[in-house]
Amino acid sequence: MDQNVENHERLEKLEGIGCSRKRREDPRFIQGKGNYVDDIKLPGMLFAVMVRSPYAHAKIKSIDTTKAKAHPGVHAVLTADDLKPLKLHWMPTLAGDVQAVLADGYVSFQNQEVAFVVADDRYVAADAAELVEVDYEELPVVVDPFKALLPDAPVIRPDLDGKNVGAHGARKHHNHIFNWQIGDKDKTDRAFSDAEVTVAQDMHYPRVHPCPLETCGSVASYDAIRGDLTVWITSQAPHVVRTVVGLLSSIPESKIRIISPDIGGGFGNKVGVYPGYVCAIVASIVLGRPVKWIESRSENLTTTAFARDYWMSGELAADKSGKIKALRVNVTADHGAFDACADPTKWPAGMFHVCTGSYDIPNAHVSVDGVYTNKFPGGVSYRCSFRVTEAVYLVERMIDVLAQKLNIDKAEIRKRNFIKYEQFPYLTPLGLEFDSGNYMPALEKVLEAVDYNALRAEQAQKRADPTCPTLMGIGITTFTEIVGAGPSKSCDILGIGMFDSCEIRVHPDGSAIARMGTISQGQGHQTTYAQIIASESGIAASQIAVEEGDTSTAPYGLGTYGSRSTPVAGAAVARASRKIREKARKIAAHLLEVSPDDLEFDLDQFKVKGDPAKAKTMKEIAWAAYNNVPDGMEMGLEAVDYYDPPNFTFPFGAYLCVVDVHKKTGETKVRRFYALDDCGTRINPMIIEGQIHGGLTEGFAVAMGQELPYDEQGNVLGGTLMDYFLPTSMETPHWETDFTVTPSPHHPIGAKGVAESPHVGSIPCFSNAMVDAFAHLGTTHFNMPYNSYRVWQHAKSLGL
Amino acid sequence: MSKKTIVSFKLNGAAIDVMVEPRELLIHTLREKLSITGPHIGCETSHCGACTVDIDGASVKSCTVLTVQCEGAELLTIEGFAKGGVLHPLQEGFTQEHGLQCGFCTPGMITRAYRLLQENPNPTEEEIRFWMAGNLCRCTGYQNIVKAIQYAAAKMRGETVTTSHPLMAEISA
Ligand code: FES
Ligand code: FES
Repeated sequence: MDQNVENHERLEKLEGIGCSRKRREDPRFIQGKGNYVDDIKLPGMLFAVMVRSPYAHAKIKSIDTTKAKAHPGVHAVLTADDLKPLKLHWMPTLAGDVQAVLADGYVSFQNQEVAFVVADDRYVAADAAELVEVDYEELPVVVDPFKALLPDAPVIRPDLDGKNVGAHGARKHHNHIFNWQIGDKDKTDRAFSDAEVTVAQDMHYPRVHPCPLETCGSVASYDAIRGDLTVWITSQAPHVVRTVVGLLSSIPESKIRIISPDIGGGFGNKVGVYPGYVCAIVASIVLGRPVKWIESRSENLTTTAFARDYWMSGELAADKSGKIKALRVNVTADHGAFDACADPTKWPAGMFHVCTGSYDIPNAHVSVDGVYTNKFPGGVSYRCSFRVTEAVYLVERMIDVLAQKLNIDKAEIRKRNFIKYEQFPYLTPLGLEFDSGNYMPALEKVLEAVDYNALRAEQAQKRADPTCPTLMGIGITTFTEIVGAGPSKSCDILGIGMFDSCEIRVHPDGSAIARMGTISQGQGHQTTYAQIIASESGIAASQIAVEEGDTSTAPYGLGTYGSRSTPVAGAAVARASRKIREKARKIAAHLLEVSPDDLEFDLDQFKVKGDPAKAKTMKEIAWAAYNNVPDGMEMGLEAVDYYDPPNFTFPFGAYLCVVDVHKKTGETKVRRFYALDDCGTRINPMIIEGQIHGGLTEGFAVAMGQELPYDEQGNVLGGTLMDYFLPTSMETPHWETDFTVTPSPHHPIGAKGVAESPHVGSIPCFSNAMVDAFAHLGTTHFNMPYNSYRVWQHAKSLGL
Repeated sequence: MSKKTIVSFKLNGAAIDVMVEPRELLIHTLREKLSITGPHIGCETSHCGACTVDIDGASVKSCTVLTVQCEGAELLTIEGFAKGGVLHPLQEGFTQEHGLQCGFCTPGMITRAYRLLQENPNPTEEEIRFWMAGNLCRCTGYQNIVKAIQYAAAKMRGETVTTSHPLMAEISA
C-alpha cells in the first residue's frame, strides 16, 4: 500500500490532534439520557425551596416558621438561628470576604436567602415557603456605587463595622472593599503631561448574568452510618467545592465526595459556592435523608453571581501620529453586598491588567476600587478569564476614541500600535509577559476578506446621503486575551495553586482511562482530551475513556473556567501521555531487544530506526506491560501529571463587524461579523468553531441587550427571561470564522484555549461598530446594551 | 394538598396511567413520576423551550400545560426518537453538524425540529430560524443547529448527506 495512504488511514484511526472528531458526549444528550443534577433521584430524597427577602435592605425583626413547619409534608425549616450552632450561618467567599448563608439579622440585597424549607416534593416545599412569616424593617437602600461612597451613605455591612483593613488592604469608607493599583503612576502621569494628544472616556460595563440554560442546584446525601457526605452539584470546580465544604463542615475531605454531573452550561455562573448548596448539605445531615435544591430561573438571574458592573474611566496619551505613549485607568467596581468575586487571591481585579491589549504602550497605571452596594453578590467571569472582558473592552474602545480624535482610520491606528512579532516575548508595563502573538497578519487577513476599503467607501457614501434611512457602522477589534490561570506563583484560590492534573491508566488490552481535575460544561472534554492522548501516546482516541467531575476518582484540579482547561489540564494530559509513551518505549526496546534510543515513535508504534519492519504497536506494548517488562521496572502502564504552568497563554484575534442602524427606530441589524481567532494549536476544529459561534452569540447578547438594572428601591428589573435578553435563532447573526496559528511556545502542544476569546473580543467589536455608526456626528461612546430604545434615544439626542 | 386524579395518555407509544394533583405541570409529571428526564426545565415560564414535547401533533412547552389536560393525548418526547437502536435523522444530524454543546437544550430542540419537518420537509434557513425561535440555546449560537436540521431534512427526503466537518480536513498525512 502507498505509504501516504497507509499513514493517512492510521492517522484517521488515531483521531488525534487536528481532527474534527465527532463528540463522545453526544449520544447520551441527543437521546435524552444526559444526567444533569435535576435528573438525580435518590431513595427518600426531599426537595427544598429558599425563602427570600423582597427588600434590598432591611432589618429582620423576627422569623416565624411555626405555620410552615406544621404544614403536612414539611420536614424542616432552617433559618440562621439553626445554622449558628454549626457556625454555618456565614461562609467564606472566594474573595476573602464572608457571605451570609441565611440572613443573620438583616438583609442587604433583594432575594437574599432567609430561610430554607425542606419538604416531600417541590410543590409542598413551595406551599410551605409561603407560610414562613418574616417581619422586616426597611432600611435606606443604595444601588449606585458612587453614592455608596458618600460619607452619609447607608452602612451595607454592619458586620464589618470597625474593620478598616479587608482581605486586599485598607478600606477607606464603610462601603469600600479595596483599592488595587498596578503600574508606575509617576511615569504614567508624566507621559500624560508631556503628551501631544490625550483623550478620556467614561464607560459603564453593565451588570449582566451568564445565564446558562440549566440553573444551579445540588443534591446532598449524608450517610450517617458511614459518616460520608456525597454532593452532586452544578460546579465548574468540584475539588475546590470539596475543600470549601471540608473547611465549613469539619468533615475530612476524604469523607466528602463532590460529583459534578452533566452540566447544562456554566459560563462562570457555576464556579462559586452558593447558600443553597450549604443549606442542602446541612439539611441532609440533620434529616439523614438526601435533599435536592434547584434554583428557579429568577433565583439564578438575581442571586447566583452576576458579572461585570464596572464603571471605567480610560485615558490615552499619544503623539499626533497616533502612537500611544500611556494608558491610565480608574475603575469603580460594584461588587454588591458581599465580595464574592471569583478571582485569584492576589488579584482582586482579576487579570484586568491585561488592559494594555495588543498594543506597545510604554506606560500604564490602573487603579480599581471595589464597593459594596445593596445588590446581589458575584463578579464572576462570564465566559472570560477574571475581568479580562472588562479590560479588553476598555482598551479596544479607547483606541477608537483616540482614532476619532486624530482622524486616523481605526484599522490603521491599530497597525501603528501593535506589538510587533519580533518583540515577543513582550513584557507589558503592567507586568505580564505575553509569550507570543502575530497581530498584523491576522488583521490584514480580515481586512482583505471583507474588502475593508469597499466597506468604508460605502459608509462614506451613505453618510453623504441625507435620505439614507440607516447609519452604517464598522467595528474592529484586535484583542489579546489572557487565559490559563495560572502559574501558582501568582495565582491561587484559597491558597491552592492553580495547577491542573491528569491521570492515565492503560489497560492490558491497550485501551485506557484518563481522569482530570477539570469539568466540561459543553466544551467536549471527553472528545478533545482523548485526541491529545491519542497523538501523544499512540492509543486511538476511540479506545480512551475520559472521566472528570467526581472528586473520589479524579485527581485534584482547580476546575474549568477562564479557558484554563486546554492551557492547564490539556498540558497535564499531554505530559502524562508522554510519560506513558516513554515507559512504552522502554518496554518496546526490551521486547525488540534493542536500546530505547534505537527506537522511533511513529503514530501508534515504536519502530527500530533503519529497520522499520521491526516494530511494536502500543497495543502489544500495553499487554507486555502486565507480563513482560524489563528487569527492575514496575509492572503496569500508568502516569499522573500535575501541571503548574510557567506562564499564562495569550490567545488573540481580529474581528470585524458591520451594522446598519435605523435612524428613526434605533433598530440595528448586524449585517456581517467576521471573526479570526488564533488559539495556537487546534485540537478539534469542529469543536473550536462551535465554541466560537457560542462565544460570539453571548457577546452579541451582552452588547445588544443584556443588563440587570436596579431601581432606587433596590428592586432588580431584569430577573426573568421576559426581561433578560437571551437571543433566539431569529436575532442571532450569521457568523463567519477564520483562523491563524501561532502556537504558545511554553505549552507542551502549543495550545492556548479558545472558548472565551469570541466573547471577550466581540463585545467591544459591537460597541465599536455602534459608535462608528454615529462617529461622524461626534459620538465617541455610548453605553451598552444597544437595544432599540437606547439607540433610538441616542439618535434622537443627536437630532436624527 | 388537593385531591389527586388519574390521567391516562400514550407516551412514546406506551399506555400510561398516572396519579397527579390537578395543579401538577406536565414537565414535573414526566420528569419526576415517569422517569422521562430528557425534557429539561430551563425557566418554567414558557421562554426557553427546553421542556418541549409533542402532544397530538403540536409542539408544547410542557412547563405550561397541566398533566390533567393530557387525558387521552398522544405524547412524544426525545426518549421516543431512536427506534431499535437506530438514531432518528435529527439525532444523527445534531451530532454530525455539531448542533449541541452542553446538551441541555437538545431534547427540546430536536423535538421542536421534528414538528417543523413534519409540516415542512424542505425548510429554508429563514424558516428554520423562525420555527426554532421558541427554543433557546446558550451554547451553540444556532448556526450549527440550523445545519443539523438541514442535514436531517435532506436525509428524511432520501438524499445523501455528509457532515460539514470532515474528520481530516485540517490534516495531511
Ligand atoms: S422550562 Fe418550559 S419553556 Fe423553559
Ligand atoms: S447546547 Fe447548551 S444550551 Fe444548547
